[in-house]
Amino acid sequence: MIAGISIFEILTVTSILFFIGIYGFITRKNLISVLISIELILNASVVNFVVINKYLYPDMLQGVIFSIFIIAVAAAETALAVSIIINLYRQISSVEVKDTEIMKY
Amino acid sequence: MEKYIFYILSVIIIVFAMASVSSRKMLRSVIYLLFVLCGIAGIYFLIDYNFLAAIQLTVYAGGIIVLIIFSVLLVHHIEMELEMAKPLRKSMTGLLCLSGLAVFLYTIYNNDFHVVENSVTTSTADVGAKLLSYEAGGFILPFEVISVLLLAAMIGAIVIAKGRKLTDKNDDVL
Repeated sequence: MIAGISIFEILTVTSILFFIGIYGFITRKNLISVLISIELILNASVVNFVVINKYLYPDMLQGVIFSIFIIAVAAAETALAVSIIINLYRQISSVEVKDTEIMKY
Repeated sequence: MEKYIFYILSVIIIVFAMASVSSRKMLRSVIYLLFVLCGIAGIYFLIDYNFLAAIQLTVYAGGIIVLIIFSVLLVHHIEMELEMAKPLRKSMTGLLCLSGLAVFLYTIYNNDFHVVENSVTTSTADVGAKLLSYEAGGFILPFEVISVLLLAAMIGAIVIAKGRKLTDKNDDVL
């Protein structure tokens, strides 16, 4: 536990981070920016897992292990998204959301 | 002391997250994201999960950021400025997010958390033993599944990013 910090303050910070991510997800018009916003959202949820594990159930490890899995899935997702973006740029020369009209061919 | 470090870290996280979603230069926005991720690693260090902080620094700050920077450099001109949403749409989204945040905070502050005062330190050996244990509550099956998932993602990323060659010779093969 962090001395002098209650669970409410950490949860407040992560909620703010989560909604900043959602704001970016809706307002940005570029695929890479959308990817950055998804990273923010995922990170906020991972911190929530870890903090709730530490403050409420300190002798268990479930929260930590779930966060490791979330980080691994996020890494896989980012690699796939980046490869899709590069392939898309090669075909339509743009990474704007509004230009993305085709799924295949 | 730890209290002030936490406040500094949270200010860093929130300010750079806002800069990251509102900057009009692509590369700067990625670098701001790097600061956010380092701040979160600092929070993990503060609550004594050293292994998780190390993972955060290596996987996120070392791997994902480099990948995103590569894609930015391959796809954009550095000095190009991004198109932004209309002000009306921005303010509507901001309002929506603020109301969602209000709902979240209302729920959090009205919930009665049974906080256990503790100073347990978790070593990396504990995390590893839990990950590899096949008894009840162990995580050996998801651990194996995630390794297959990573392999599949790696192969998929290579296949998708390779694409088709741009010569005429390949057309009859496809």
